[in-house]
Amino acid sequence: MIDSSLTTGHVVGINGNMMAVEVDTGSVVQNEVAFVKLPDAKLKAEVIKVIGKKCFLQVFEDTTGISVGMPVEFTGNMLAVELGPGLLGQIYDGLQNPLLLLENKQDFFLQRGQYKDPIDRAKKWDWKPLAAVGDRVRAGQWLGEVPEKFITHRVLAPLGMHGSAVVKKILPEGQYPITEKVAELEVNGKTVVVSMSQEWPVKKAIKAYKERIYPEELLITRQRIIDTMFPISRGGTSCIPGPFGAGKTVLQHLISKFSSVDMVIVVACGERAGEVVELIHEFPEMKDPKTGGSLMDRTIIICNTSSMPVAAREASVYTGITLGEYYRQMGLDVLVLADSTSRWAQAMREMSGRLEEIPGEEAFPAYLESRIAGLYERAGLVQLHNDKHGAVTLIGTVSPAGGNFEEPVTQATLKVVGAFLGLSRKRSDERKFPAIDPLDSYSLYIDQMGESLNKNLDREWTKMVHEAEDLLRRGAEIGKMMTVVGEEGISIDDLVAYLKSEMLDFTYLQQNAFDDIDCAATIERQVADFKLLYKALKTPFSFETKPEARKFFIELQDNFYQKNYAAESSPEYAKFVSKIEEIIVSGGGRLV
Amino acid sequence: MFKEYTKITNIIGDIIELSAEGVTYRELAAITNHNGDTSLAQVIRIDGSKVSLQVFAGAKGMSNRAAVRFLGHPMRVPYSEDLLGRIFSGSGKPIDGKPEIANAAETDIGGPSVNPVKRVVPRNFIETRIPMIDIFNPLVESQKLPIFSTPGEPFNELLARIALQAKADIVILGGIGLKFDEYIGFRRKFEEGGIMDRTVMFVHTAADPVVERLLVPDMALAVAEQFGIAGKRVLVLLTDMTAFADALKEISVAMEQVPSNLGYPGSLYSDLASRYEKAVDFEGAGSITVLAVTTMPGGDVTHPVPDNTGYITEGQYYLVNGVINPFGSLSRLKQLVIGKVTRDDHGAVMNAMIRLYAKALESKKKISMGFEKTETDEKYLRYAELFEERFMSLRVDIPLNDALDLGWKTMAECFDRSEIGVKKEVVDARWPKGA
Repeated sequence: MIDSSLTTGHVVGINGNMMAVEVDTGSVVQNEVAFVKLPDAKLKAEVIKVIGKKCFLQVFEDTTGISVGMPVEFTGNMLAVELGPGLLGQIYDGLQNPLLLLENKQDFFLQRGQYKDPIDRAKKWDWKPLAAVGDRVRAGQWLGEVPEKFITHRVLAPLGMHGSAVVKKILPEGQYPITEKVAELEVNGKTVVVSMSQEWPVKKAIKAYKERIYPEELLITRQRIIDTMFPISRGGTSCIPGPFGAGKTVLQHLISKFSSVDMVIVVACGERAGEVVELIHEFPEMKDPKTGGSLMDRTIIICNTSSMPVAAREASVYTGITLGEYYRQMGLDVLVLADSTSRWAQAMREMSGRLEEIPGEEAFPAYLESRIAGLYERAGLVQLHNDKHGAVTLIGTVSPAGGNFEEPVTQATLKVVGAFLGLSRKRSDERKFPAIDPLDSYSLYIDQMGESLNKNLDREWTKMVHEAEDLLRRGAEIGKMMTVVGEEGISIDDLVAYLKSEMLDFTYLQQNAFDDIDCAATIERQVADFKLLYKALKTPFSFETKPEARKFFIELQDNFYQKNYAAESSPEYAKFVSKIEEIIVSGGGRLV
Repeated sequence: MFKEYTKITNIIGDIIELSAEGVTYRELAAITNHNGDTSLAQVIRIDGSKVSLQVFAGAKGMSNRAAVRFLGHPMRVPYSEDLLGRIFSGSGKPIDGKPEIANAAETDIGGPSVNPVKRVVPRNFIETRIPMIDIFNPLVESQKLPIFSTPGEPFNELLARIALQAKADIVILGGIGLKFDEYIGFRRKFEEGGIMDRTVMFVHTAADPVVERLLVPDMALAVAEQFGIAGKRVLVLLTDMTAFADALKEISVAMEQVPSNLGYPGSLYSDLASRYEKAVDFEGAGSITVLAVTTMPGGDVTHPVPDNTGYITEGQYYLVNGVINPFGSLSRLKQLVIGKVTRDDHGAVMNAMIRLYAKALESKKKISMGFEKTETDEKYLRYAELFEERFMSLRVDIPLNDALDLGWKTMAECFDRSEIGVKKEVVDARWPKGA
């Protein structure tokens, strides 16, 4: 073993948040954490390049006041997070500093150099052992469990352990703090003491599971356009690119509120502080329908907003995904929302520029693509050693410069995600929300999950969805034609197809985020609504004149629309359904 | 007490380099040129003993024998009640002919960011008496909002008007690359409007050294922060932030940084965000609202400066052809106040009037393409005319409730009550009598 605890150095240069350090004694590890000592504070930094005796560190804080010659202490450890019960409901900065604990003083500001324990050391947990003395366990296997909020938190055998270990001692049921030595393992003749918490380097994926498996199950977000048209699978990946003001934030909030998962990790990466403030104030007030607790109880917020230091922004996304992987090891279904991955990529770009690396497109570093791919690959559905399943689903927003999807971050992301939900300026200007463009967007999961969708939702589900997509495309073409030749220039059949596609868009794809009922549609409701709508879309109505067709669709569309505002299985809802059936028949409709 | 250096090795643009010991990052230095001119400068890079500084007054005429004295602290700005009514340059020198601020506490500029858990959700409506803002995209206390515009538009007049009419406790103007006439314009308006005694101005005019431009937002916001903590509701006006971004570009190019987009540094987003994010509603204290001007080069909203700004700020007002465009403009915080703090029919009026105006524009377009004018078109055309005259014109100056009443009146003059698409209860309560 290399003992790097003695490694020290001194500052030889400083440029923005990049610091050059000359090593005095000892060895240096790439990506290890070091502290620079100022007269009034110790600032955290990470080694990002080693050139002979000189190494370059990115400082996670404001670097004002650093001077040549200041001492630097190396820790020998990579940037890590602490994992254990007590993470749920917390609000952390990008380095896992608990923001609620930093606020104890009468200070509005995040003063640099303050580092607090991420998890409460004093709180006692109801420990129940799951393993017994003599059991053989592998990394990540469950040794015991404690209730944490509404989930059962499993205490895992050390995640970095090689091979298997024998349980030598394990504490009986009782109340212990996370620091208590709850078990002793013997690994290759050496004794390893286990407490309820452990550390893990954020830039390394946790892989203490048996195998990754093919995601085939739907993650329900209760947003019709997503679940029906562009579904995301449990353990899948998706990206939401969009220009500013197109409703990315509102959509993210909706997904984090209504998704049917065990827990949600929101990474506010380089975005407005105001958005996080809304979450912090809203979530504790909102109920999680699954558990009856508050939404905050199933949420962890990692918040490194745009004015917080850039290097910590780069770390924040990794911190979020690592926490997700950790809870996945417990057999849970975790959703990680990263808003926005563009800010994360920009943080890499800033650092790359200071390192004077040869720039790639738009000055992003050449390794941008591999970093993005590496991040999204950490999501996935896995089978644990005990054969239970756990999932991390990753949805990242992208903020493309100028709203142009050709830029490097969007393009690199598109190569690795399974569902692309592109927001369009045109749709948001027309107040069509969620402004996901149904013609540009796609999901590879609709076919990947086809079998399970057809089994669980409806025998014909995927066929109906594809037909709806075709209708939207046809409607758009006819719409274009009409701008040139006017309504009088097209046939009645084309007009009917156009009106059907408009109706599909207006009454199904669009959803009112600010209405208490329409903001979220259960999957059962989606199936019922979509099938009814499909029936109307497939009916070959015949009209004598165009105004007659328009009049007919105004009424039909309005009933579909009003139905969205009626509570599921309410009498009004039933009324709209029978009214719609009636109108379909009156239009000379006969189902083909 | 501080060592003086008299050997500058390199002068590149407004950046000087020299060998020095014990210098700290972002420290200030005082420079005295051979002819007696003085300027402040700030350390922006240290590489071993080589120190780079950006000279606030610019390096024009700088001798390589100029004396450089490091001051041991970063840039600060004085803060006290005495600042009110005063005007300072980009480097903090009084330019109103009055003496320097004495015995004031000093605060570092560009300080740390506010702990997000110490922020509160904004909820106070700021009335500007401009209907296009108050009705359609209301300004909310602690909001950060730019006016996207192009050179030649009356954005500074608009800014000044909001400053005069929004009842803020303190107004702080940060002028960045202002034309001299614009500066005097602001000053006159504030004096005539009687708000000068609660105003602080930091003014960098186009003739001043470019490095000083970079300081203006930080100085203005640092002072605003102190007033905010002291419980004041502060309105900060920054004009023009594109000039600020251009100064960033100039410095980063001189520093040989790899540019990302149109020559702007890769850190442009972070640089702008760290300023705009100073807008805050402090839990248990005051607030800072930031209204800025971002001129769009060539009217192009996808240009890196307006584009990055749009992602950072909570909406934007588009000022084109002398009016605030109701379609591109957006106040992201409007949901927090409409109908909650303002009148219960506010939301309905806002939506109906915009929808009708959009339809009116369609009618206009249709007619201009040579299609036949129908009776409905006539109604819409009449409505568009009234809407533009009574609401869009920047000359209109009325409180929100009067504007809402006028909205109902206008709709009633042009349409039947069933044609406006508003819930029945609301129409019943508000439709003008006898209409």
